[in-house]
Amino acid sequence: MSVLAVARPDSWDFPLFLHVLGAMILVGGLVAGASALGYARGEVKFLRLGYWALPAVSLPGWVLMRVGAEWIYTREGWDDLPEGVDNPGWLDTGRLISDAGGLILLISLVAGGIGVYRLQAGKGSGLLKATLVLALVLLAAYVVAVWAMAAKPG
Amino acid sequence: MLALHVLSAFAWVAGIVVFWVLIAAVRRTDTAEGTIRMEPMVRVGNAAVGIGMGGTIVVGLWLAFSVGGYDIWDGWIIAAIVLWVISAPLGQRTGAAYMRGTNKARELQTGGQTGPNAELLALNRTSSGVILQFLWSVVVLLVLIDMIWKPGA
Repeated sequence: MSVLAVARPDSWDFPLFLHVLGAMILVGGLVAGASALGYARGEVKFLRLGYWALPAVSLPGWVLMRVGAEWIYTREGWDDLPEGVDNPGWLDTGRLISDAGGLILLISLVAGGIGVYRLQAGKGSGLLKATLVLALVLLAAYVVAVWAMAAKPG
Repeated sequence: MLALHVLSAFAWVAGIVVFWVLIAAVRRTDTAEGTIRMEPMVRVGNAAVGIGMGGTIVVGLWLAFSVGGYDIWDGWIIAAIVLWVISAPLGQRTGAAYMRGTNKARELQTGGQTGPNAELLALNRTSSGVILQFLWSVVVLLVLIDMIWKPGA
């Protein structure tokens, strides 16, 4: 694997950089959002901070990660495999988690957004708790994805 | 082991992102209680950076010595180690810059001053802290660039 990494064509480097940087920003936003929501103890300022970390940091990170992923996917020729040849398991795992994760992130943004709006009326903390749970689920899933992409099992 | 190295790098960057979010939040915080309330998140950031920096260097060195095709004296590995070493005091100094606000907040709380405080707000808006955090982030970004492009490999 190390020899393969050294021998990677230069043209793959920038898409890979975007992919990894986006994934790191995504995970960082989730950690920031989850920790603010988790330690908020009902305090509106922290609930807002935790929520806004998701659309302001995690969402752009997810977009960057996904754009980089698609770019390097085509650069590496995975979209042009011969008939009957399947993608490796680590690639399918990463793709599934990133796409399903994107959907879960979107659901958490909508739920959290409604929750933040309802905070004005003294409500919405339940929805923000759901946002916290979804953020933690996403974090766990992305740890698996990072492991799959880096270790490339199989 | 490579996965552990990469996961450590993710933890490191996640910690830095947590600190950026905290920097944005603390800039609008002028009360002792509000400043002190940030501490649990600071601990999360510190833990992520600690695990990340420790994991990247320990596992990275292990990889450099044990994986064929890489050597510890490869230019890009030396560059990564140098950048890692540079990043450590930058992170510490960033933390120290923001600790002045936290210490002031504790002092105000001990004195029973719970209202807004202009001096505390000024400390929380430290421009040297923002510059140090920016430089720290740039150094970590350079580590990532070095790891991907592997110049000279």
